[in-house]
Amino acid sequence: MDLLVAVTLFALAVFLGVELITKVPPTLHTPLMSGSNAISGITVVGALVAAGANHHAFTTVLGFAAVTLAMINVVGGFMVTHRMLHMFGPKRRRDPAPGSGDGDS
Amino acid sequence: MDDWTTLGYLASAVLFILGLKRLSRPRTAVRGNQFGAAGMLIAVVVTLADNAILGFEWIVAGLILGAAVGAVLAVRVQMTAMPELVALFNGFGGGASVLVASASYIEAGDLATDSPRLSAAAALAALIGAVTFTGSLIAFGKLREALRWSGFPGMRIVSVTAAAATVVFAILMIADPANPLWLWLLVAVGAVLGVLVVSPIGGADMPVVIALLNSLSGMAAVAAGFVLDNSLLIIAGSLVGASGLILTQIMCVAMNRSLLAVMFSPAPSGAGGPSADDVYAGKVRSTSPDDVAMLLEAAERVAIVPGYGMAVAQAQHAVRDLSRRLTERGAEVVFGIHPVAGRMPGHMNVLLAEAEISYERLVEMDDINPTFEQTDVTIVIGANDVVNPVARTDSSSPIAGMPILDVDKSGVVVIIKRSLSPGFAGIPNPLFASDNSLMLFGDGREAVVGITKALQEI
Repeated sequence: MDLLVAVTLFALAVFLGVELITKVPPTLHTPLMSGSNAISGITVVGALVAAGANHHAFTTVLGFAAVTLAMINVVGGFMVTHRMLHMFGPKRRRDPAPGSGDGDS
Repeated sequence: MDDWTTLGYLASAVLFILGLKRLSRPRTAVRGNQFGAAGMLIAVVVTLADNAILGFEWIVAGLILGAAVGAVLAVRVQMTAMPELVALFNGFGGGASVLVASASYIEAGDLATDSPRLSAAAALAALIGAVTFTGSLIAFGKLREALRWSGFPGMRIVSVTAAAATVVFAILMIADPANPLWLWLLVAVGAVLGVLVVSPIGGADMPVVIALLNSLSGMAAVAAGFVLDNSLLIIAGSLVGASGLILTQIMCVAMNRSLLAVMFSPAPSGAGGPSADDVYAGKVRSTSPDDVAMLLEAAERVAIVPGYGMAVAQAQHAVRDLSRRLTERGAEVVFGIHPVAGRMPGHMNVLLAEAEISYERLVEMDDINPTFEQTDVTIVIGANDVVNPVARTDSSSPIAGMPILDVDKSGVVVIIKRSLSPGFAGIPNPLFASDNSLMLFGDGREAVVGITKALQEI
């Protein structure tokens, strides 16, 4: 990829990210952070190539460590975000209304 | 990389964009997270199918090990421990970027396919990734309260020296690409720099640090993308970098501190202001759960303002029970949430959601402030600086100009707190000595349970 093309992609993606995220309600600050954090685990793609290139034992070990760390970030990040968002979800919402029982939690 | 791989990466980039968009709206957030996960799955599958992969043993081992550890951590974590888990995941992302960039740089050196551009990108990925890795681990230790170390005298000079050294090693990497020594030195100094920069930053500034580290982990992925010439890493990393920066900005505005002030002049000093004795002497009135229950019994509108102390006391379920009891008695109960209450962006919202309090009851600072005058009783639980009226009145105070919750304008303020000790800003809070304030000293959860019980007996 041409360097200028790569820089263009970078600049446009940053602006797109800013436009996407502006005005996020505070309730979603944590899930947004942990969800986007999981997306930053995209390095796993590079890690797979490094671990699978069979270039050299040392780079393979580096790649293996990278795959492991990135997968913790990806799987843990998406799962914990899902867990959090599930708590916010309308289905489980039990407002303290007259006569309502105690929630199970 | 063949065309199918490129198209697959395009599909996953689109899914990340749609996912982030949906993650920022409450009704679509669950779907947004699923879009992100689907994008990641496509990226992994497409990469595995690509011809560049020759051996699968290590990959499968890494995938299984990483997924298992990540899943266990995600399922086991207590909601109160969410800030440190987010910090930990962040650090792992940064660490992965360092390793990927290093492997690719060493390989390029061996195959003589290196170029100044590749060296520069590898240097950036190694530096940002290493700072993110150790910085996040320090943040993790601080959030778990396992780590109290905040540095040594003259640390700033060491930090500046380390920062300069990283520049030198980056230049050496470009000038002498065949020698991986410079890369390892850069990673080592970057790791030290991460420790030095994050260590002095204290509790209440943590939301800013976490958001910034989140942004950096995205930027590390971008740099790794430049090393590998991979468009998906560049796009996805940039999106994360941008969203982290916006959160950082929101947190800074909420504290009325600039990012530079948070990073380089941590721990505002409380010196020079009125002493605690002057502010509190003879004016603090303490109360009991029974008396608070009597007050609440007559209240029509009650506001609850939680802070980090509620998380420490694990009092969110007790607070939920109290709010239920009050609503059953016909009172209107709302929660006033300061943007930087707690240790990460949105910390209070997560805890209250865990206790099944609807997010519609959680009112943002700008919306709840005009309503405090019509509020009969406000209960402050484990918050201090974010309700300190000094921010409005004393322009020489360390928190001057910080937006606060105007709880002092409500009829009665009940403050649940262990003692009169100052908050992070280190200054006394005149709210505690105000005529309409009552202090309920003790553990947050026991105090709230006590009030709820007393209310039942009335």
